[in-house]
Amino acid sequence: MLWTKKDLLGLEYLTAEEINIILDTAESFKEVSTREIKKVPALRGKTAVNLFYEPSTRTRVSFEVAAKRLSADVINIAAETSSVRKGETLIDTGKNIQALKADIIIMRHSCSGAANMLARSLDISVVNAGDGWHEHPTQALLDIFTLKEKLGKIEGLNVAIVGDIAHSRVARSNIWGLTKLGAKVTLCAPEMLLPPGIALTGAKTSSDLEAVLKNADAVNVLRMQFERDENAAFPEQLDYFKKFGITEEKLEKAKKNILVMHPGPINRGIEMSSGVADGRNSVILDQVTNGIAVRMAVLFLVSQARETKQGI
Amino acid sequence: MKEKVKILDQEGINRAITRIAHEIIEKNKGSLGLCLVGIRNRGVYIARRISTCIKQIESADILTGALDITLYRDDLALATGQPLVRKTEIDFDINDKNLVLVDDVLYTGRTIRAALDALIDFGRPKSIQLAVLIDRGHRELPIRADFVGKNIPTSKKESVEVRLQESDGSDEVLIAEKE
Repeated sequence: MLWTKKDLLGLEYLTAEEINIILDTAESFKEVSTREIKKVPALRGKTAVNLFYEPSTRTRVSFEVAAKRLSADVINIAAETSSVRKGETLIDTGKNIQALKADIIIMRHSCSGAANMLARSLDISVVNAGDGWHEHPTQALLDIFTLKEKLGKIEGLNVAIVGDIAHSRVARSNIWGLTKLGAKVTLCAPEMLLPPGIALTGAKTSSDLEAVLKNADAVNVLRMQFERDENAAFPEQLDYFKKFGITEEKLEKAKKNILVMHPGPINRGIEMSSGVADGRNSVILDQVTNGIAVRMAVLFLVSQARETKQGI
Repeated sequence: MKEKVKILDQEGINRAITRIAHEIIEKNKGSLGLCLVGIRNRGVYIARRISTCIKQIESADILTGALDITLYRDDLALATGQPLVRKTEIDFDINDKNLVLVDDVLYTGRTIRAALDALIDFGRPKSIQLAVLIDRGHRELPIRADFVGKNIPTSKKESVEVRLQESDGSDEVLIAEKE
C-alpha cells in the first residue's frame, strides 16, 4: 500500500495501514540520527515553513531538526512577529507562503480545524503541529512509535492516559491512533477534566488511578494546560497531585515495567514527581528522540505523495 | 511479462558467489580490513552469502552491513511512484576499510552512484569495490564492477529478475521480454 495524502491533519483521518506506513518509515529514518553525518539528501531543494500561531519550543525545534536532517530548507514564522499582527487572515498567509514556492507548511494554531481549513485552500502540503483541542498527530505518532519500540506491538496493549484530557489534543490523537491499531485506551482524570462525550471515541474512562495503573502497560501523563482556558475550572494543584499525580509509591502497585510517558513540558510536582520523571520507567526522553524520526517520515511521505499526484 | 528464460540456476548462483568470494580475497590479499555492504534488498542477501564463503576460506568473520539508497536516489523528485524507505544497518566503522559494495544486478549504474554518496556519509573507506551477481550492461554513468558473477548482454526491452531463497523462496536468475 502506498501513501497518497499530501497533508497530515490528524489520526482520525488515517487508516491503520497508513499509520503503520508512517511508523515503518520512521523506523528506517531513526538510523539517520545515529550517524556521524546526520543528514540525507531526500528533501534537498525543498522548503518547509514552520508557521506557529502558538508558542512552542520542542515541537517546532523537532520539526526543524527533522526537516534539516532531510536537507530541506526551513523558515520559521512566529505569528507574534509577522503580518498576522496586521490582520492578515490565515488563508492569505498560507497563499503567500505558497506563492513563495514553499513545499510544506507545518502549522500550529489555537483554533481546532485550522490546519484542515488551510490544507483545503492550498496545493502544497500542510502538516498539523497541533490545532486547538483537536489533534496533534505527530505527538501521538511518536508516542505510539515509542510504545511499539519498547513493547514490540500495539495491538492488545492497555494504555492509560492520565490528566487534563479536556484540553488535550495529544489525548485525542492518541485515542484515535491507539484504538485504530487495536490497543485499549483508558482515560483517567478528575471529572472536570473529562470532556462530555469522550467515551464515544471507544476509550474507557475512570477516576480510580490505582486500578487504572494496575492494569496498564503504559501510562501517558498529560500536562495541565492552565494557559489554554483561563475561564475553565482546574483542580487545586496539591489536591490534584495527591490524587492523580504519578508518584513512585503509586507505581509500586503498577506493573513492574510500566512505561511512563509525557509529551512535555513537565510540571514536576503536579502531573508527576521528579523521581518518576527521571526514574527507570520513564521513556520521556526516548519520546523526544523518536519525535525526530517520526517527523522525518511524515515530511518525507507528504512531499512524495504530492509529487506522485502532480507527476501524472 | 512474456516467456522467461532461466540463465542461472541454484548451482550457477552458488558457483558465481564462491568465485566472487575467492576473487575478493585475491584482490585484497586476504580478508584483513575487509568489509561487505549489500544494497537492499537482494544485495544484502548476496553480501551475506559472500561473507559466509569468505569465512569458510579465511576462517575470519567479515563485517557485513546493509544499505538502503532510497534517500539518495536521483529520481526522487520525479514521478516514479512512491519509494519505500528501508533500514540502513552498518554497525561498524567503515573508515580505512576495503569496502566491497554488493548488489544483485548492475544496469544503469544510478543505484551504485546513490550508494557511493550514502557510503561517503558514513566515513572514508580506504577503497570501495563493487561486486554484482549480474551485469546486464546499458550503463548511464561511468561505473564498472570489480567482481561480476555473470555478464548478460541484454536489450533495454528485457528485464532481469534475480530470485533468492531468502526473499523469493528459490535461487534463479530469469530474463524476460517486457510487454
